[in-house]
Amino acid sequence: MMKKSLLFLLCMTIPMVASAAGGAYITEPANTNIKSKSSLQKGAKTYMNYCLACHTMAFQRYNRVAADLGLTEDEMMQSLVLTDAKFADKMTNNMTIEQGTKWFGAAPPDLSVNAKARGVDWLYNYLINFYVDPTRPSGWNNLTFPNASMPHVLWELQGIREAKFETHTDDAGDDHREFVGFETIEEGLMSEAEYKDLVRDLVNFMDYSAEPAQLIRMAYAPWVLLFMAFFTFIAYLLKVNYFKDIH
Amino acid sequence: MGKIASSRTKKSNGLMDWFNQRLPVTQFYKDHLSEYYAPKNFNFWYFFGSLALLVLVNQIVTGIWLTMHYKPDAAQAFGMVEYIMRDVPWGWLIRYLHTTGASAFFVVIYLHMFRGLLYGSYKKPRELIWVFGMVLYLALMAEAFMGYVLPWGNMSYWGAKVITQLFSAVPYFGDSLVEWVRGDYLISDATLNRFFALHVIALPLVIVILVVLHIAALHTVGSNNPEGVDIKKHKDENGVPLDGIPFHPYYTVKDIFGVAMFLFIFLFIVFVKPDMGGLFLEHDNFVPANPSSTPDHIKPVWYFTPFYAMLRAVPDMQMGALVMALAIVVLFFLPWLDRSPVKSIRYRRWPYKIMLSLFAITFVILGWLGMQSGSELQKMVTQILTGFYFFYFIWLFFYSRNETYHEVPERIEK
Amino acid sequence: MTDSVNKSRRNLLIGTSAVGAIGAGFAAVPFIKSWLPSERAKAAGSPVKADYSKIEPGQMLNVLWRGQPVFLVNRTEKQMAVLDSLTEKLKDPQSETSIQPDYIDGIKRSRKENLLVVIGICTHLGCSPKYYPDLEPQSFDSEWQGGFYCPCHNSRFDISGRVYKGSPASRNLDIPPYTFLDENIIEIGTDGGAV
Repeated sequence: MMKKSLLFLLCMTIPMVASAAGGAYITEPANTNIKSKSSLQKGAKTYMNYCLACHTMAFQRYNRVAADLGLTEDEMMQSLVLTDAKFADKMTNNMTIEQGTKWFGAAPPDLSVNAKARGVDWLYNYLINFYVDPTRPSGWNNLTFPNASMPHVLWELQGIREAKFETHTDDAGDDHREFVGFETIEEGLMSEAEYKDLVRDLVNFMDYSAEPAQLIRMAYAPWVLLFMAFFTFIAYLLKVNYFKDIH
Repeated sequence: MGKIASSRTKKSNGLMDWFNQRLPVTQFYKDHLSEYYAPKNFNFWYFFGSLALLVLVNQIVTGIWLTMHYKPDAAQAFGMVEYIMRDVPWGWLIRYLHTTGASAFFVVIYLHMFRGLLYGSYKKPRELIWVFGMVLYLALMAEAFMGYVLPWGNMSYWGAKVITQLFSAVPYFGDSLVEWVRGDYLISDATLNRFFALHVIALPLVIVILVVLHIAALHTVGSNNPEGVDIKKHKDENGVPLDGIPFHPYYTVKDIFGVAMFLFIFLFIVFVKPDMGGLFLEHDNFVPANPSSTPDHIKPVWYFTPFYAMLRAVPDMQMGALVMALAIVVLFFLPWLDRSPVKSIRYRRWPYKIMLSLFAITFVILGWLGMQSGSELQKMVTQILTGFYFFYFIWLFFYSRNETYHEVPERIEK
Repeated sequence: MTDSVNKSRRNLLIGTSAVGAIGAGFAAVPFIKSWLPSERAKAAGSPVKADYSKIEPGQMLNVLWRGQPVFLVNRTEKQMAVLDSLTEKLKDPQSETSIQPDYIDGIKRSRKENLLVVIGICTHLGCSPKYYPDLEPQSFDSEWQGGFYCPCHNSRFDISGRVYKGSPASRNLDIPPYTFLDENIIEIGTDGGAV
C-alpha cells in the first residue's frame, strides 16, 4: 500500500517536472478561459481581421470554428469569413512562402497549433511586449521574442512605445542590457486594460484552434472517469469475492 | 443428474471433441489458464505483466486505425496528424490513446522490470524469460523511437538526426552506416517511409513473437513470487502445488481489477491531460520539421532520458554511445551477475536493499537530468550517477557471492 | 463454499461482465465511427453551384459533384413534346423505382420545366452515357427521340433520363437533390426551398 501511494505521488510530480519555456521574457499569465464562447468569438474576429492575411491556420475549418463558437453559418460567413472562402474551407490566405520570405525575412508561419508549441503565456506576453526599434527592418522589436521579423500589427490599438534599457557591467566585465520600462510615444485606440483583454481573447482563440477537440474531450472526461470508477469498484468486489477462497 | 445434464454436456463435448482432435484447445486452456498454478501471494507488482499486454493490444489496435488516415510523406505527415485530430470523426481520441499508450507502455515496463529486480525473477531457472524481456525492451525502444518520428514535427526530425548520428560511433564504417540507416545523406522522406514500415509491421511482429516466447518460457518454469519460494517443491497427491492457485479464475479476475485501476488513470490522462505538460507530447513537436531550425533543447521523450543523460555526460561522442549501449547490455547479464541463491529482497540483507533502492533512485534522477539543459553542475552529477549505475553491477557481482541471508521459508505463509 | 458465496459470486460476475460489456461497447464506438466520411471528405462532397442561365436550348452542361458527372440539359420544346408518347417503350415511364427526390415528378423529372438535372452515370454498370439531342435515326435506334445512349452495353435513356426497354440497365438515371438560389444559379447536392 505504501509503495502504491509513493508510486502515485511520483506519477503526480511528473507534470511538475516538465520544464517551462526557459529564458523568454514572460511576466504576466495569460489567464485565458477556453470555455468562454464570447471570448473565443472576439478572438476569432481579431484573428480574421489582423492576422489571417499573413498567418494561415491551414488545419482549421471555418465550419468547425462556427460550430464550436456557437455561430450559425450566416453569422460566420458574414462577420468572420472575409475572403471568398466557402463555409467548409480551411483558413488559408493568398500569401506564398516565397512572398512571405521576401517581405519579412522569414515566411509568417502557420498558426494552427502554435499555441501548443509556444504556450498561451508566451503568446500573450509576445503580443503585449512590442516596442518601436529603428534598427530593425520592420521598425519593431519585441521583449519576449527579441529580433522577431513580425511588425506590431496591433499597434493602432496598443499605441506606440519605446523600450528603455540600462547597461550594467557585471564582475566578469561583461555588459548586460536590462529592460527597465516602456515609454509611451503615442496613445493607442484602446486603453491598456482593453488591449490586454483583446490579446487575451485572441490568444484564447489560438489556444482553442490548436486543439478544437479539447472542448469535446473535457466534456466527456467526467463521464468516462465516473464509469471507470464504478467499473473499478465492481471489479474490486469481484476480486475480493474470489480471493475469499484463498488462505 | 438427469438426461438433460448429460445430453447438454454430450453436445458441447461433441463440438469440443471436434476441435480437440484437430487442435489441442482444451489442453492449452488447462495448461495455461485453468490448471496453470501460480503462487497465491502475487501482490501489486504482479499486475504489470498483464497491463503490458493490455497496452500492447491498445497500441496495435489504435495504431492500425491511425494508419488508415496517415500518409508517411514528409510533405504531408504533419498535416495528416492534424487531419486525424480534426477532420476524422473521433480521430483525436484514437491519436491520444496511441500517444498516451506509448508512455504508459514504458511506465508499465519499467515497473514490470523493477518487480524482477525486487524478487529475483531473473534468477535460475528464469534467465531466458529475462533475456527475452530485455530483447523486448530493446525492440520497444526502437519501436517508440520510430513512432515518434512519424508525426514529422521538429523534434521528430532533430531527434531522428541525433540518434541516427550515433551510428557514426561504430569504427570504420560508422558514417556509411548512418547513411544506410537514413536512406539519404540526411533525414528525409526516405527515412520517414522506412521508419513507417518498420514501426507499423516489422517491429510489431517481432514484439508479438517475443511476447509469445516470453510467456511460453514463463509457463514452462512457472511464476516466481514475492517470497522467492519455489511452489513446485511441495505438491499434493494430484501434483498440484500446495501454495499455487489456478491462474483462471483467480488471477484473471484479479487482473481485471488491475486493468480497471490502470484504465482509470490512463483514461484520466487521455481525456484531461494528454500532453502531460509537454512530457508525453512535446511542445517542440507542434512545429513542422525544419532542417534549418534546431529546437533550443533537443531531448528525447521522457522514457529515454536516463540513457540520454549518460550519453551527454561523456565528453566524447563515441565513448558516450558506448557507455549508453553498455548500460543496456549490462542488464542482460543480471541473472549471472547476481550470484546470490536468494531470490527475493525480503530475505536479503540491508546492504542489498540500500543499493537496490539507490540504483532505482539513480535511474529516476538520471531520467530527470536527461530532460534538463545540462549546466556544469548537472553534468557533474550525471557523471557521478552514471558511474554509480555501473558500480551497482560490479558491486553486486562481488557482494552477492558471499551474501549472508535470512532463512528463506519453504512454504508461503498467508 | 456456501451457497450465498456462490450466489454473490454469480451476481458479481454478471454485474462485472455487464458493466465491462457496456464499457467495451462505448469503446468500440469511436473506432467504428472513425470510418465515416471525414470533414475533408464532407467538404469535398459539399454542394456545388453552377450557372445554368447560359446553357443554350438543346445544350448540356456537365458539372462535377461528389466526383460524379451531373448533366444539366436545357431541353427544347421539341424534345419535351415527345415525352408522353414514349410510355410503351420505357421500363419505368412513371419513374416509380427511380432514385430521385420527392419533389421531382415522374415524366418531366425536373423542378424547372425544361432543365433536366440528372446524374450522368449509367444505372447498369457505371459508364457515362453520351448525350444525343437530335430526334433523328441513330445507329443504335432507328426511331431515336433524343436522349442518352451508353456505349458500353447499349443502354438507352430518353430526354428525361428514363430507361428504354431492351436496355441492360433497369433503372432510370438517378437525380440528385438540387435547388435554385436565383434565376442563374443552381446548387446541386442540397434541397433548399421550392423552385
